[in-house]
Amino acid sequence: MTVYTLCFLLFLVGLYGVLTSRNLIKIVISLTIMEFSVFLLLALMGYIQGGDAPILPLPSPDNQIIVDPLPQAMVLTAIVIALATNAMILTIAIRLYKKYGTFDIREIRDLKG
Amino acid sequence: MDASYLITLFVIVPLGGAFLIPTLGRLIPGLHRFLSSGLMLFLMVLAILLAFQRPEMQTYRIGGWEAVNNIPIAIYLVLDGLSLFLLLIINILGFLSSFYAISYIKRYTNPHLFYTLMCLMIAGMNGVVLAGDLFNLYVFLEISVISSYALVAYGVERSELEASFKYQVLGGLASILILLGISLIYWRTKTLNMADVALILKDSVPDIFLRFVQLLLIVGFSIKAALIPFHAWLPDAHSSAPSPISAMLSGVLIKAAGLYVIVRFLFNMFPLNEEIALLITVIGALSMIIGVILAIGQWDLKRLLAYHSISQMGYVVIGIGMGMLLLAREGNPLIAALAIGGGLYHMINHAVFKGLLFLNAGAIEYATGTRDLNLMGGLARRMPWTLGTSFSASMAISGLPPFNGFFSKLIIIIAAVQGGFYFLAVLAVAGSVITLASFMKFQRYAFFNDPGANPEAKEVPFPMLFSMISLAIMCLVLSLLIIPGIRETFLTPAVESLTQTIEYAIKIMAI
Repeated sequence: MTVYTLCFLLFLVGLYGVLTSRNLIKIVISLTIMEFSVFLLLALMGYIQGGDAPILPLPSPDNQIIVDPLPQAMVLTAIVIALATNAMILTIAIRLYKKYGTFDIREIRDLKG
Repeated sequence: MDASYLITLFVIVPLGGAFLIPTLGRLIPGLHRFLSSGLMLFLMVLAILLAFQRPEMQTYRIGGWEAVNNIPIAIYLVLDGLSLFLLLIINILGFLSSFYAISYIKRYTNPHLFYTLMCLMIAGMNGVVLAGDLFNLYVFLEISVISSYALVAYGVERSELEASFKYQVLGGLASILILLGISLIYWRTKTLNMADVALILKDSVPDIFLRFVQLLLIVGFSIKAALIPFHAWLPDAHSSAPSPISAMLSGVLIKAAGLYVIVRFLFNMFPLNEEIALLITVIGALSMIIGVILAIGQWDLKRLLAYHSISQMGYVVIGIGMGMLLLAREGNPLIAALAIGGGLYHMINHAVFKGLLFLNAGAIEYATGTRDLNLMGGLARRMPWTLGTSFSASMAISGLPPFNGFFSKLIIIIAAVQGGFYFLAVLAVAGSVITLASFMKFQRYAFFNDPGANPEAKEVPFPMLFSMISLAIMCLVLSLLIIPGIRETFLTPAVESLTQTIEYAIKIMAI
């Protein structure tokens, strides 16, 4: 149970960062922390106490306990997607810096309403 | 004939286009312009032909793995009435926008990258509406929204970049909530296939865990669909994008990547639930009214249209929400079907007239170089085709007969009165009146005010005119969807796939 609580705490840390920080890069880092807390939860869900890696020898023994491999495949895919979103959002942050000369969101407000 | 492999074409063809345009496009100049329009034309014809065939529900198993002990292991692509309806919207608008872009994109540099991103976005959206399991739905969703982030920032000016950053932070937050929701569903049911999840959850008592998952998914997809408490990114993002992309974002993306998924989950995957249905209806009513009130004060033409997207999505949501409420309370199923039908009908209508209005805004920007209503004027004589098409779209969005918007709003209001939601009916009429007022403003300031202004403005080139005129004709032709005979071909299968709720899962597992 502790480990799920810590996972949730990580999520909240990320959320707090997204809501309060004023620096574009810090917002991106906080979003990434939130993303990774979800990935951690996904990996935890597939874990079974005392389970082996899901590699089955042939012929497979009857009472072997393995962890659920599906969440691991999902986490890998989700990490690749997160990489793409991070690259995209950092590119935009750098272009914003070139236009405005600052990372402070209080000074980047051409759009209102 | 087993035509299920045709389903895959909707994902493969635009993905292939996205690969070919930057690679072959370097060798053959000008290829990118016509390749994407050609591919989209092919998909549009395919979608229309499929709709006329009125196929039974079809599934395609990627890899060809059969279910073992009734547990599906392959990745399923599912084509049913609702998916086909959304495919029609996506591919018709996709073709007309990419054809329009042939002329419009000359304002920007690197056109082949634009077409690559557009093909990717369409591939993602087609994938979302076809996906039969949760995780692939998430992957396709991300494909379409990441390319839309890039397309919003396509102009790389100050406002485009700022809008795109805002969109990405909120979109990223939404994706995290969606992934969390999906992983919690997996935790509970140990499966990702939507049909399998539906059958497992069918008999479960609605507990706090399921309620929490539903809320997470509703919030996540409401951010993607820009319903009212979560709408902050939409006016910036949709007004900063190049106009053909604004038409795609407003006309299609918020429906395919947002509302479609909410509807599919709540009707076909989770057991129907009265409180959630009430929540959806309230969100819809808020969007409908607040969106239109925010819209009327805008002087930037594309921002005005973007706020109207929020409001019109509210109409779609209340139609579907009322249907869900009636089904959950076990009220009259005919009225529920009428309400859902009105909502879906308004969805295709909104795609057509809002797409047309954004293309009109693009044409005005192309001719005069401004989006500010105060600087326009005198375009009535100089751009007669733009005037005509935007007039029909404005009448359609305000709900005046004989345009399509009138009939769909009428159906929603009739369903609201018959179902006993009198307050919603009054709100819908009031929203429609305010919409009419703000479009009178658009017509007056853009076309009739100050006849001497903008003396150099000329009518736009042929590809742009072709797309606008086709959409204007569709504004009239879609009115025919209420006639029995045509309605059964296009609208009824989509409504049935929602009202039958759990049948969806049973049919998929039986195939």
